[in-house]
Amino acid sequence: MISISTLWRVAGGLAAVLLLTPVHTQAQDLLNQLESQSTDSLRREYVTATFKGTRVINGHSIETPGKGSLVFLISHRFGTLNSGAYEFFGLDQATIRLGLEYGLTNNLAVGVGRSSLEKTYDGFVKYKAVRQSSGPRAMPISVTLLATSAVSTLKFEPQPERSTTSRFTYTYQALLARKFSSNLSVQLMPTLVHRNYVALRRDENDVYAIGAAARQKLTKRLALTAEYYYLLPGATADDYRNSLAVGFDIETGGHVFQLHFTNSQGMIEKFFVPQTTGNFFDGDIYFGFNISRAFQLRN
Amino acid sequence: MKPQVLFIVLLLGGLTALPGLAQSKFLTRTGSISFFSATPIEDIEARNEQVGAAVDVQSGQIAFTVPMKGFQFPRSLMQEHFNENYVESDKYPKATFSGTLVNWTPAALPTTGPQTVQVEGDLTIHGVTKRVRVPGTLEKQGNRLLVKSKFAVAPADYNIEIPALVRNQIAKSVDVTVNLACNPAP
Repeated sequence: MISISTLWRVAGGLAAVLLLTPVHTQAQDLLNQLESQSTDSLRREYVTATFKGTRVINGHSIETPGKGSLVFLISHRFGTLNSGAYEFFGLDQATIRLGLEYGLTNNLAVGVGRSSLEKTYDGFVKYKAVRQSSGPRAMPISVTLLATSAVSTLKFEPQPERSTTSRFTYTYQALLARKFSSNLSVQLMPTLVHRNYVALRRDENDVYAIGAAARQKLTKRLALTAEYYYLLPGATADDYRNSLAVGFDIETGGHVFQLHFTNSQGMIEKFFVPQTTGNFFDGDIYFGFNISRAFQLRN
Repeated sequence: MKPQVLFIVLLLGGLTALPGLAQSKFLTRTGSISFFSATPIEDIEARNEQVGAAVDVQSGQIAFTVPMKGFQFPRSLMQEHFNENYVESDKYPKATFSGTLVNWTPAALPTTGPQTVQVEGDLTIHGVTKRVRVPGTLEKQGNRLLVKSKFAVAPADYNIEIPALVRNQIAKSVDVTVNLACNPAP
């Protein structure tokens, strides 16, 4: 039978061991302690870089330039791939849009642009209304609101003179996006294009569409992108095609190159939403690219 | 001595030692770490005010935890690139340091003026852990403990890849400045 004194001795030994051991692991313990008391999970954190650029391909993404940042954006589309060797598979032709966009705040941006197609000037206001976040009161999606106007400045002759108002087209979009993981982002874009003037009686002044877009990263600096605008049933949907685009985002450090294939020639909403004529699967595919360069004007 | 007495002495010793240890600890959740990358083309500076740190002046242990997304850059695009491409904050949300003051005795902490110290320990950035030894100072100010340190970190040591196109704009060795004002742990 074990005596009481032996028990005491064992207990004393155990106590001594418990009190004296933690010396060499203390630094690690301090770190663990620090992390266990961490309040990081209580911090609200906004999700960033849902998309790499302010455009997915043709259309806008939820992203805006940060405060004080001026982005110079060159968008370019060649002719169609099926135009044959005579047109060098489209490379002989080109349409271009030059644009500037500026972040007034981290959530509000304005931009202007000029497309060679129909000599069109455009301007827009873009506002990040809701930002996806984690932590307390987490928000599952981001919502950016976009309003654009475009004015075609083609000469009227030989057509009869019209009012200046007839040159204007407006687009309203709600861009809803979620970054599911660091690799996958998905966006939905309910869209309304209002045209002050349409050439034919059967053409619609208001065109409704729903867009969907996604980005899947392939490597750290290369991503696959896709964008599709579905025209809601109506005369426009009967006469025109839905815009489809697929491409790659390539990041080189300072800027992002976007290379893509699309059945739309224009690079602003008034062209690619209601006026796409190309049949992607017949080879009416425009090869194109967007290049952006950011300059920080103000901190 | 009887074993019973020995046990009670040890127990009492343990109990009294614990609050003593607790009081020797200093903590902060709002420490500051900034880094500076200087090249002929571009200077880049970022600051993080969300550093958690603990110092035990009794044992000379020191630990840090740095949420990588807390670094604020003057340019939003730089901040995005830093998080997305360089330190991969989603994958490696924190940088940590866990080390000890070299040749430390609690008596070495003067009541006035900064005390120069060396710290040796494990620095983990971008999932890579390196043994480092850096200089710093400790200073007792009222009941607070001020910790300052300045050292260099080479991004390449921590597998932080920098693409060729911007290689000339990011320094091979980045200066890190640590500035903490720790309060006594409750």
